[in-house]
Amino acid sequence: MKKYLALILVLLPFLWGCPDTTSHSRGVYMLLDTSGTYKKELKRAEAIINYLLGTLQPGDSMAVARIDSGSFSEKDIVAKMTFDTRPSVANQQKRLFKQKIDNFVHTAKGSAYTDITGGVLQSVEFLNEAGAGQKYILIFSDLKEELVKGHIRDFPIQMDGCNVVALNVTKLRSDNVDPREYYKRVADWQARIEAGGGTWRVVNDLERLESIFEG
Amino acid sequence: MSFTKLLLIWPGSPVLSMLIWIVVMVVLLYLARTPAHRAIHSLARVIHNGFRLMSRSVMFAEEKLAQRNKEVSLCAGIESVERLIEREFYRVDAVVKRDLSGYPTLHRALSDQTTKIDEDYRESSETPPPPPGWVGAVEAVANLPNQGDGTVANILNEIHKTTVSQYKTTLEEHRKNVAVRHNLLKKMMPYWRRMAQTLEQVGKTITGLHERARVIDNRMAEYEEIREQTDKAARMLTASSLTQFFISGFVLLIAIGGAVINFNLIALPMSEMVGGGSYIGNFKTANVAALVIILVEVAMGLYLMESLRITRLFPIIGQMDDKMRTRMIWVSFSILFILAGVESALAFMRDQIAADMQALRHSLAAVEATGVAVNSWIPTVGQMVLGFVLPFALTFVAIPLESFVQSSRTVLGVAAVALLRWLAFSLRLLGNVSRYCGELLVNIYDLFIFPPLWVENLIRDKKQPTEIIIEEEVS
Repeated sequence: MKKYLALILVLLPFLWGCPDTTSHSRGVYMLLDTSGTYKKELKRAEAIINYLLGTLQPGDSMAVARIDSGSFSEKDIVAKMTFDTRPSVANQQKRLFKQKIDNFVHTAKGSAYTDITGGVLQSVEFLNEAGAGQKYILIFSDLKEELVKGHIRDFPIQMDGCNVVALNVTKLRSDNVDPREYYKRVADWQARIEAGGGTWRVVNDLERLESIFEG
Repeated sequence: MSFTKLLLIWPGSPVLSMLIWIVVMVVLLYLARTPAHRAIHSLARVIHNGFRLMSRSVMFAEEKLAQRNKEVSLCAGIESVERLIEREFYRVDAVVKRDLSGYPTLHRALSDQTTKIDEDYRESSETPPPPPGWVGAVEAVANLPNQGDGTVANILNEIHKTTVSQYKTTLEEHRKNVAVRHNLLKKMMPYWRRMAQTLEQVGKTITGLHERARVIDNRMAEYEEIREQTDKAARMLTASSLTQFFISGFVLLIAIGGAVINFNLIALPMSEMVGGGSYIGNFKTANVAALVIILVEVAMGLYLMESLRITRLFPIIGQMDDKMRTRMIWVSFSILFILAGVESALAFMRDQIAADMQALRHSLAAVEATGVAVNSWIPTVGQMVLGFVLPFALTFVAIPLESFVQSSRTVLGVAAVALLRWLAFSLRLLGNVSRYCGELLVNIYDLFIFPPLWVENLIRDKKQPTEIIIEEEVS
């Protein structure tokens, strides 16, 4: 009897199977620019969020945060959720998430400054904590950063394994005068993200949102 | 000193240096001609022999494999024919038990019917009316001479009247008797019909048995031919295996299609049970769980078919005693039934989840559900029925699987034989090519040193006539 027990104990780990330690879940953190005229674009952002909610699978994580004067703060997170592994529960969570976003879009106030770097730092922190296998940071902004005097943001950011996608990068009035400004702005962000170990893409065609996860 | 400078024998004239080198090389090659030829020939022979040896080994292996294939085919054929004969005997046994076991009863029924008919027949036989005794008296009276005696005439008239009335009475009685006999014969008809039917039934049974016996005869002839291990039998069995292989392969493909549909029915709801976010390797745990359920169903189907002795993939199950086998039938059927029920429930759940997801997508896309609603219970019930039926349908995979496994032994053997034959041919070809390559190399070698060879030939030609003349003079 003891012999059988020992055999079962030896075989148990094999019977149990090798658990897969690799995370297959996706984590999406979306930053919404609420500064100045960009607040008008929030309706578009809502459509993107709805697309993401329809695409993300049970077990994935998602958060939406606004970019304001000081974005390196949990207070700026509008909604965050790790969807349950059961599809029915995940669907309920998605409905709740959508409700929160709808409320935010209707009540959002414009901010005087745009702290994109702070938002990116906050998103990296969230995604690392969520333990997502694939990390996506979506920046819905014109990428023009305007910081409050005294805020320090000009330092390298650690973004290992993060896929950064800039969405709906609108051209400013000054960009029309000198388009080089627009290209420089985009190139600077790309250099900064890639220097931190992340990947960079720009998706301006909102009709082809499936390209967000193609990278 | 560089290598190029070393090659320049005549400084300042590379062409001349090159010519000198060529002459040196040609002379050296000419001097080394015989050993070089021998070396090339030896190398070619070694390669040729090596390839030939390899080819022979492969041919030997091919022959052994062909022999093994023949044995496998014959064994499979013997087993198959034995099963067929066994089945035929079972059928004969069933017919005998069903029809001929009631033969005593049948015989009694026939006997009773015959007795009844016989009795009726006896009763219906015509009894001749008793010979009238008074006919002689009448004749005697009638022959009396009529001498005008009125009394005699009166008596005769009276006798005549009495005779006529007697005649009428007798005739009526006779008719009555005949009618009664006819009625009896009429009553016999159903008995005759019943007897004809009974005999027809017996005839059919006997004909069926006769046909079975003929089938058994044919099978026995086939069996004997296989036992004699003739090439014809082996060829026929191989061809039969090939047909079986393709047919069973086709049916298995259909079964795989059914399994895929089954998988899609239960994969989504399984994520509700085991979670949609966990993975085993690169596969979702829900998908793996769904696959395992389907495979368990197939395994249960196999056990069921084995226990029913329809297939013979696991001899140990077939060899079990009947009690144990019956238990196994019930156990495997019960598990299959439970799994079918689970699948049906999962199919229902799938429908619910899909509807919920659809509603969510609509709300996300801000689209109101419009249009005429289709009866939602039809797909739900359809899916549930499909979920319940498919596991049982998958049970029958065991039959083509058995055919596929058995025929694949022969088919793979035939393919391996063909491969080995092709390999042997290629090796032989390579051996021959290497031999002729040796010849070619020898000729190319001679081509490089053709000037000294030409001179040698000239000298030999000059020498040869002189030698011949000397020889002639000597003779």
